Amino acid sequence: MADFFNEWWSTGIAIVTALSMLACVLLLWSQSKVKVKVGSDGKPLPAETTGHVWDGDLMEQNNPLPKWWMWLFYLTVIYSAGYLVVYPGFGKWQGTFGWSQKGAYEKEMKDGEAQYGPIFNKFLAMDIKAVAKDPQAHEIGQRLFLNTCAQCHGSDAQGGKGYPNLTDTDWLYGGDPQTILTTIREGRHGQMPPMGAALGTDDDVRNVANYVLSLSSSAHDPIKAALGKSKFAACAACHGGDGKGNQALGAPNLTDKVWLYGGGIENVMETINKGRNNQMPAHKAILTEGKIHLLAAYVWSLSNSSATAQVSDADVSAIKQIAASAAEAAPGK
Amino acid sequence: MKHIPIIPVPIEETELALFEERRKIYPRSQTGWFSSWRWVLVFFTQALFYGTAWLNWNDRQAVLFDLVARKFYIFGLVLWPQDFIYLAVLLVISALSLFLFTAIAGRLFCGYACPQTVYTEIFLWIEHKIEGERNARMKLDASPMTARKFSLKFIKHFIWIVLALWTGFTFVGYFTPIRELAIEVGNFTLGPWETFWFLFYGFATYGNAGWMREQVCKYMCPYARFQSAMFDKDTLIVTYDTARGDPRGSRNKKIDHKSQGMGDCVDCGICVQVCPTGIDIRQGLQYECIACGACIDGCDQVMDKMGYERGLIRYTTEHALTRKLDDKAMWKRVFRLRTLIYGSLLGLIILLAAVSLAMHTPLKVDVIKDRGMPKITEAGAIENVYRLQVMNTQESARHYSVAVEGAAGAMIVNSANIEVGSATTKAFPVRVRVPANVLASGSNRIRFVVKDIDAPEVTVTEKAVFTVPR
Repeated sequence: MADFFNEWWSTGIAIVTALSMLACVLLLWSQSKVKVKVGSDGKPLPAETTGHVWDGDLMEQNNPLPKWWMWLFYLTVIYSAGYLVVYPGFGKWQGTFGWSQKGAYEKEMKDGEAQYGPIFNKFLAMDIKAVAKDPQAHEIGQRLFLNTCAQCHGSDAQGGKGYPNLTDTDWLYGGDPQTILTTIREGRHGQMPPMGAALGTDDDVRNVANYVLSLSSSAHDPIKAALGKSKFAACAACHGGDGKGNQALGAPNLTDKVWLYGGGIENVMETINKGRNNQMPAHKAILTEGKIHLLAAYVWSLSNSSATAQVSDADVSAIKQIAASAAEAAPGK
Repeated sequence: MKHIPIIPVPIEETELALFEERRKIYPRSQTGWFSSWRWVLVFFTQALFYGTAWLNWNDRQAVLFDLVARKFYIFGLVLWPQDFIYLAVLLVISALSLFLFTAIAGRLFCGYACPQTVYTEIFLWIEHKIEGERNARMKLDASPMTARKFSLKFIKHFIWIVLALWTGFTFVGYFTPIRELAIEVGNFTLGPWETFWFLFYGFATYGNAGWMREQVCKYMCPYARFQSAMFDKDTLIVTYDTARGDPRGSRNKKIDHKSQGMGDCVDCGICVQVCPTGIDIRQGLQYECIACGACIDGCDQVMDKMGYERGLIRYTTEHALTRKLDDKAMWKRVFRLRTLIYGSLLGLIILLAAVSLAMHTPLKVDVIKDRGMPKITEAGAIENVYRLQVMNTQESARHYSVAVEGAAGAMIVNSANIEVGSATTKAFPVRVRVPANVLASGSNRIRFVVKDIDAPEVTVTEKAVFTVPR
């Protein structure tokens, strides 16, 4: 009741509440008697009708209610008085039970902690690699992942453009359990500044991009790549002279075929020209330590077990054949 | 029915309490055709209620409403929250049945099947066994408290309370496995809510059947009120045949009462004494009447004794009385537009529900597509990610195969075989890869087919959308 700008509000409301209850009692009491006509034998006549008639003979009669019904009405008044004693509601009075919404919420949280705490604590005491082998922990971890992480990294954790794939062995910051834990807990902020101006003209950027693609033997123009090689020094500060990246900075490895923002000349040039700014939020304020521990174990298991079956080469060639035949059959191509 | 207004001349006014003191009703016990039918229904419904809870099925209770796990077990059927429609269907069937029975024969439900009636009947029987017949009970209540009176009352209430507690216990036993509940009650380790509902339902049984009785029907029950609105002039109702019975009066069995200008009613008052709601049916149909037929049985026995024809009080319709219809014509009018509509609707819905339950697949699948851009592989194939929420409603662990249809060459990249434990839900991320140039850019319709590997007839096809970037 501290939400009012004036002390008198709560007092006023309390007075209105009390008066309403009193009015209910007075109304009941004043209406508990009725005048009825008495016949010549001195006995009251049977109940009158209200004058409403349906179907010729169906009449609404003014029959009295049973007495216990009236006592029920009085009981509601007594009940409300009792309610206002034990629960907040009467002005600033907080009630003898000391109940509050906040208290009810906190109690729910405490009960939840008492119920689920032991499960989390059991895993919290275990090493992450050991947790990863536990089937129950894996199930909890998957549910947590689907609720918290799948929005960005995808339900199967393979990520997408701008969101790292967590199932491969290529890590921006490192894939050991402790690093994964730190990533989840503290978040990451990966930045690549726009390098277009530092490299020079548009042609220079194209040349460097071709050189970068050559590092992973992706499709590139060898002549332009050779021209871009000298300009790569500007990139080497973070990505290393050999382009293998730097996990201390979160600088990606440029020599594999894993592209956070897509491979191909256009994508790489865009990255160089505009830079990239990527943020993984810190989860320490969102998730409990126990949940983060389970999540780290789950994420670590994704790239360290045979459970996540990757597509074999045989599958890929089969797909290529189907694609080729479909392309031939496709109309208007 | 015909109302006989009694209008004595008013001479003065007096003050009277607006609220009525309750008159206790002492129904006289009654046997006969309708009373026997009521007892048949008492035994049938209570055997069902007290007995079903103890049946087992698949190593669990046969009928169990597990609110915590949100699963309703009914013999071989397991209903999940997704099956909530069946509850609605059950309520529709119940409502239509009530409409149909009421349109045909008035308050049949009230008279024979309503728990209020059934438990009142049981409690009255106990009362009758301990305190004696109507007159003895009235005398006992009027007498001052003696050791005998106290012991009779004590025994009666003790048996009532035991039965009421057993009823409450059985009720809770449908929500908590009853065998565990029995152990908990024995060890005094009941949970707070179980204790509350156990006592609450026990108290409600004791209060309603022992004390409130007809008050529930007269003042509290909504069904009682709106059933009256479903009567028409062809509804069978318990009726006193005024034309045949009046003028009433006691007489010697041997005289020819008709020549004396008397009706068949001997004014013995049996019909009033047996009435559980304390009305006089001879004043016509009143809202209190629950159509139990006790007055019919009572009157028929008196008519037999007098050597008169039965049926002075009988089930008949208003039209039968006013139009002097014989029984055949009266029964023919049961098939009128109203009952035919109720009946055919009821039949149709029961049929649809039965078909739907027979085709009830113990597998449910929800497909949730991942947001975000589709991925394009090195080979130019397009990948979309989905989350398959697979619900196995069978009580054994099942293996399912997942296939994708609707796009040439579409395949599932990760494992297409999944396992879901007994009666659980599991989420599976599924990555679908479609080769380049198979689908047009934009949204394409595809289908997921989830099939039980060991029982191929258990198959669910779920629609989904596959997006191809422009």
